[in-house]
Amino acid sequence: MTKIVVVTSGKGGVGKTTTSAALATGLALRGFRTAVIDFDVGLRNLDLIMGCERRVVYDLVNVINGDANIRQALIKDKRVDNLFILPASQTRDKDALTQEGVEKVLNALRDDMAMDFIICDSPAGIEKGALMAAYFADEAVVVTNPEVSSVRDSDRMLGILASKTRIAEQGGGDIPARLLLTRYSPERVLRGEMLSVEDVQEILAVELLGVIPESQAVLNASNAGSPVILDTDSDAGQAYLDAVARFLGEDLPHRFLTTGKKGLLGRLFGGQ
Amino acid sequence: MSIFSYLLPKKQRTASVAKERLQIIVARERSMRGGPDYLPQLQEELLAVVRKYVPVSPESVNVQVDRDSGCEILELNITLQDHQDT
Ligand SMILES: Nc1ncnc2c1ncn2[C@@H]1O[C@H](COP(=O)(O)OP(=O)(O)OP(=O)(O)O)[C@@H](O)[C@H]1O
Ligand SMILES: [Mg+2]
Repeated sequence: MTKIVVVTSGKGGVGKTTTSAALATGLALRGFRTAVIDFDVGLRNLDLIMGCERRVVYDLVNVINGDANIRQALIKDKRVDNLFILPASQTRDKDALTQEGVEKVLNALRDDMAMDFIICDSPAGIEKGALMAAYFADEAVVVTNPEVSSVRDSDRMLGILASKTRIAEQGGGDIPARLLLTRYSPERVLRGEMLSVEDVQEILAVELLGVIPESQAVLNASNAGSPVILDTDSDAGQAYLDAVARFLGEDLPHRFLTTGKKGLLGRLFGGQ
Repeated sequence: MSIFSYLLPKKQRTASVAKERLQIIVARERSMRGGPDYLPQLQEELLAVVRKYVPVSPESVNVQVDRDSGCEILELNITLQDHQDT
């Protein structure tokens, strides 16, 4: 059965695209046929993060409008088997994304391309693009930074997910939503300058999928056009690998929650 | 959290201020959502009908939808003025 997953946040720039690329790549590495769709119509970005920007011929809106079929538009990843990218259109016409059109694309990915997972990289905000990315989802990953406006927006997005998906409209209730806390800095949490993972969890009250540390590796990965999860030596890469394992139901302890540079006293009193 | 963070001067622990503010605003925003989209308009129209008979202020009307073990309850509370000599 095909599972549709929306990666969303409300607030912009918190790490949705970074996460979509990592999650899709991680699932494909596990052998699942996975497509990742950029819903950020007007601002195409996922292709750069995935390193396939020069191979874009057709995009999401072309498939919706029937200018291309799904096979022509999907870009097959060169590094990882089973991984496919559907880029966003650069049209400025926001109405290009219709509910019927999106449904057609998702059905084609399921029926013609036999995908196991479809990852929908949502644009920021709570407007049409974000609603379209979420509407057909079976599951959600809410990306949050440990910072007031991001947490508040995530809570609003959780409220939207509870009522504005197809499953919710058909009386199926809330879709499962899990929290991915990114750009986490244990040093700053220790100094009392940043909300801790416990704080954020207490406020949002959703299951924690993972904590991704603030990491230079993310910028390096986007510079190179290679999802950070492929950088298996890096903290962020490992944290995303763990998150993918948890996404698939494995029970792993959370890592990278404490500062690495702690002495004996720090370890005794640092908690966790 | 480490005990060291409690030893820091209070003004540095901005994270605890952030948490408190978030808890308040999130609780308020949650209490205002979840109801069906027609709720605000329903409230308006009910108020208009009631006003034909008794003077009521907008604040004295409270419409709420509760979900309870599978069934939904539409709850309408109108607080009337004390004296009833009309
Ligand atoms: N764990 C991290 N450590 C350091 N930098 C990060 C991390 N995660 C994301 N970033 C950086 O944050 C910026 C925004 O990331 P990204 O594009 O994934 O966010 P987004 O939520 O998709 O943004 P938008 O809302 O514009 O679509 C990028 O510059 C990215 O490199
Ligand atoms: Mg993005």
